[in-house]
Amino acid sequence: MVRLLTHNILACHAKDCNTNNFPLEFKDVQLEIREAEFNPEFLKGFLPKLEWKALVDTAIQLGDTSLPLEQPEMLDDEFLKNLHHVLLEIHVEEGSMTCPNCKHVYPISNGIPNMLLAEHEIG
Amino acid sequence: MIPTPDTSHLTARDYEQVYEPAEDTFLLLDALEADADRLKELNPTICLEVGSGSGCVTSFIGGILGPSVLYLCTDINPHACRCTYLTGVQNKVNIHVINGSLAAPLQSRLSHKIDVILFNPPYVPTTEDEANVAQSSRNIGGSWSGGSDGMQVTNMLLDSVANLLSPKGHFYLVVLKQNNISRILQHMDELYHLEGEIVLQRRAGREHLFIVRFIRQGRSTVE
Repeated sequence: MVRLLTHNILACHAKDCNTNNFPLEFKDVQLEIREAEFNPEFLKGFLPKLEWKALVDTAIQLGDTSLPLEQPEMLDDEFLKNLHHVLLEIHVEEGSMTCPNCKHVYPISNGIPNMLLAEHEIG
Repeated sequence: MIPTPDTSHLTARDYEQVYEPAEDTFLLLDALEADADRLKELNPTICLEVGSGSGCVTSFIGGILGPSVLYLCTDINPHACRCTYLTGVQNKVNIHVINGSLAAPLQSRLSHKIDVILFNPPYVPTTEDEANVAQSSRNIGGSWSGGSDGMQVTNMLLDSVANLLSPKGHFYLVVLKQNNISRILQHMDELYHLEGEIVLQRRAGREHLFIVRFIRQGRSTVE
């Protein structure tokens, strides 16, 4: 299930594609919003592992402008709830992700990202 | 005692395409259960299972570590990805599933960030051709066919695991006696300074199975 959290940890891994290979760019996406259980502990623990700019830019691209451009120092409830929604409740069901560098296209089908490469594309 | 995950939603048709939990799976569950306190003390943020198949193992560790951990699963077989997701739902473990080969798409973003890595690889010695065909056809054969020494697929992951493991990271691997455990331990020690230890072993029919746990050298205790 491609949520923005999953998207935030996937990079292009095609042969010789080592720079500017993140974040992958969503195209032709079908979104579904599904409620998930709010867990502030999880969010606080995962926050340092996020690429913040990539997350905010991607959320904006998908129509969600609730996150601040800079990660706030104070993690209040409102911020954590917005982060929860962006990371875990927006599901990309169909569409694709394109590498900004080599333009390789990774399809998404039934919510599952297909990150497989053909034999000749493997580094 | 941690309950064995509920896989009653999976059918014989699913198991035509996806590896059904068997003795090797249960040995890994037992090893994780025996390490439950140690794993909880790690206070992990990210847990990755490579080749998750039915999703049984990640659903099980999800029962140990609870909801404040990111559970990632990869499988080369798209049917397995679907089963993993459904088994997560069935057992109330929120699993993020990626259809991919080993951990390749995570290497760059999650370098030195994964606290627990689990791998029950295709370990059965077969011809190299058989293993290659099984992997590229992305079906159930890929869940067991391991090529020469049964190590063809495992070796690929072994060479990327040190980059993925966090400083406190734990890596659990299912190994068959014929895979040559002492050679695996030596390889990981010399090349990657990962210290391996057999934590559990069992004979199951013709198979003599082991669970090996790797941690970074000098980290014999959890911090």
